[in-house]
Amino acid sequence: MGIDLPLIWAIIIGFGLMMYVIMDGFDLGIGILFPFVHDRHDRDTMVNSVAPVWDGNETWLVLGGAALLAVFPLAYSVILSALYLPIVLMLGGLIWRGVAFEFRFKADEAHKPFWDKAFALGSYVATLSQGFAIGAFINGFKVADGAYSGGGLDWLTPFSLFTGLGLVVAYALLGSTWLVMKTEGALQHRMRLLAQPVTMAMLAMIAIVSLWTPLAHPAVAARWFSLPNIVFFAPVPILVLLSTWAILRTLRRDSHSAPFLFALFLLFLGYSGLAISLWPNIIPPSISIWDAAAPPQSMGFTLVGALFIIPFILGYTAWSYYVFRGKVRTGEGYH
Amino acid sequence: MLGLTALELARIQFGFTVSFHIVFPAITIGLASYLAVLEGLWLWSNDTVYRDLYHFWSKIFAVNFAMGVVSGLVMAYQFGTNWSYFSAFAGSITGPLLTYEVLTAFFLEAGFLGVALFGWNKVGPGLHFFATVMVATGTLISASWIVASNSWMHTPDGFEIINGRVVPVDWLKVIFNPSYPYRLSHMVVAAYLATALFVGASGAWHLLKRRHTRTARTMLSMAMWMVLVVAPLQIAIGDALGLNTLKHQPAKIAAVEGHWENKPGATVPLILFGWPDMASETTRYGVEIPYLGSLILTHDWNGRIPGLKEFAPEDRPDSTIVFWSFRVMVGLGALMLLLGMWSLWLRWHQRLFRSKLFLRFAVMMGPSGLIAILTGWYTTEIGRQPWVVYGVMRTKDAVSNHSALALSTTLIVILVMYFAVFGTGVSYMLKLVAKGPEEPGSKDARDESDAQNRRPARPLSAVPDLFDPGVGETPTGKE
Repeated sequence: MGIDLPLIWAIIIGFGLMMYVIMDGFDLGIGILFPFVHDRHDRDTMVNSVAPVWDGNETWLVLGGAALLAVFPLAYSVILSALYLPIVLMLGGLIWRGVAFEFRFKADEAHKPFWDKAFALGSYVATLSQGFAIGAFINGFKVADGAYSGGGLDWLTPFSLFTGLGLVVAYALLGSTWLVMKTEGALQHRMRLLAQPVTMAMLAMIAIVSLWTPLAHPAVAARWFSLPNIVFFAPVPILVLLSTWAILRTLRRDSHSAPFLFALFLLFLGYSGLAISLWPNIIPPSISIWDAAAPPQSMGFTLVGALFIIPFILGYTAWSYYVFRGKVRTGEGYH
Repeated sequence: MLGLTALELARIQFGFTVSFHIVFPAITIGLASYLAVLEGLWLWSNDTVYRDLYHFWSKIFAVNFAMGVVSGLVMAYQFGTNWSYFSAFAGSITGPLLTYEVLTAFFLEAGFLGVALFGWNKVGPGLHFFATVMVATGTLISASWIVASNSWMHTPDGFEIINGRVVPVDWLKVIFNPSYPYRLSHMVVAAYLATALFVGASGAWHLLKRRHTRTARTMLSMAMWMVLVVAPLQIAIGDALGLNTLKHQPAKIAAVEGHWENKPGATVPLILFGWPDMASETTRYGVEIPYLGSLILTHDWNGRIPGLKEFAPEDRPDSTIVFWSFRVMVGLGALMLLLGMWSLWLRWHQRLFRSKLFLRFAVMMGPSGLIAILTGWYTTEIGRQPWVVYGVMRTKDAVSNHSALALSTTLIVILVMYFAVFGTGVSYMLKLVAKGPEEPGSKDARDESDAQNRRPARPLSAVPDLFDPGVGETPTGKE
């Protein structure tokens, strides 16, 4: 032995979910920004900027679900039962927006506006549900005899409603800075302007969640505010402030890709803050990754594949992004 | 809802979502391979008919793929939401298989699909062909893993039960469980057959309308060769799967046959039609052929199979349903065989593209592959009941603790949404099929080249706006 399989797997699943949040984050953000852009060609450009890659982005969500089932089946069954309604809502939202990618170009003229609305609404519903789920996850789940024992609406709290809103802002930030990078002209200018208040809202959301969580959960407070942890974790809030400043600054200058990269970094910081707060629980407040782990035969078998294949996946995903690099243009096609 | 229990509602919900889902991957598997063949033929022969067909079918593929992805996403999460005890009990086996599917197949499909659909002007022809082949390979790898997982639930092997949950002991036995080779080949061949019937029907339809004749002939001709080869092959594979099922799931075979008991000295007749009655333990109104049941089921004139009465009532699958679902599948299979033979005979007499009667028959057979897949799926899955993992875990012990209210609410949401979303999608797909490929020199093709030069194009949509003439993708590629 000597290899801590649950630990390695927690890192892999954590990485997979982070990839999901970042990557599907910006394409969900496109849908969230739809109500702020009315011009049809601009909307087409927005959708086209993610059309070749959204499907791969969403695959990280499937990987998260499948890997959770494989290596933490207890967590998979408890969390998905507890979050039944938000998950059904999320899947519904993802269905509407997923098919809208294709349908909005194929519908007859009278139905096109309907699929635009479906795309936007689906993106909002999916994002809000994911945000509710994060809030409920931080709040923890009631477990008895290896199964979820709470009610069907336990996930619905003021805190989870707030995290739902917070995630909408986060994805809007990723989406708007992505468009600053991928578009030009009037649309790009509009996104530069829009991204600034969104960045400020993001900072406010992070601040409120960072205060609300330790106030509501003494264990989280103890994790962050005891010595020596406070010294180790102090860079997190400082980096948050720095990257917010950097996003705003690069948005005002003529920079194309920097705002998006800093926004990614900001999301990464928020995500690590969450991980620090909850570690090492996979079913908060008290079931750890070691308690919920699958038999080592399952974790080992799956790990071999994950370690060999994930680098390839990252490789050809990067290649696919490289193929579609550069600006999306409305007028002259996509060269 | 309607006085149904939570278990029944969860089963209806699963059956409904999986029925919708399975149609899309089946077409995805078939079309992906078809696209790879088309692009290969184009690169090899330089004949533009193959490139035109590639563009045409890639649009339908794109719509179909999107619907397959989102409906599959629901499946991946439904195990946890609705079947949490199954997930906690058997997740250590089904989970790794599903994870391997995601790692080796889903990412491959998604990663290369963007290039295959949108990358015509961005990468060279060799690299583009490679992307198409990768997408096709991904669909086949995907089928391998998901069938391994499903097949393990039918004929579980290579595991122990420790502390009330499944622990894998031998992964090779888990994956290559006793029914796996039969189920995998039956499913993949079914996907090819269903796609060939669909493609053939659209070719026949355009020929009947006297349109797109060159591409339509190529479509029909390729599809009919496929049906001719694959339909008999599928019947042979189905027969082998039947023998395998008799060995491992005899109660399923008894239910499929409506066979209740073996009378002393008598052999098993084949009940062609009838009404298996679960309450009175007989098959009413049976039309029987003596000996044929023994011959087909055991490959022996005097062979015996167990009757349903040999199993405790709580261990019997519902014979009424599987008896009929199986007969629909087999009946359609026979018609497919007829279609293939007829096409060969007409080809021989050089009337393949002219026989109206045949073309109409080919159009009618368009959905038959998908119907056969659904009824075959019902036969095998309902025939597995009352077990979720055969002989290991009962379905009633697998379901989550949700109330009937929660399950009926989500069921209604899913029913309404699926019919709205996928109904619309299928109608868009059929409209695309009905419009047919762009032909060089046609008005549409000119519009499209105009669009490239002057109008704001939407080059990233795989599907040029069909109903918004003149705006579309640039299907130039390489001549």
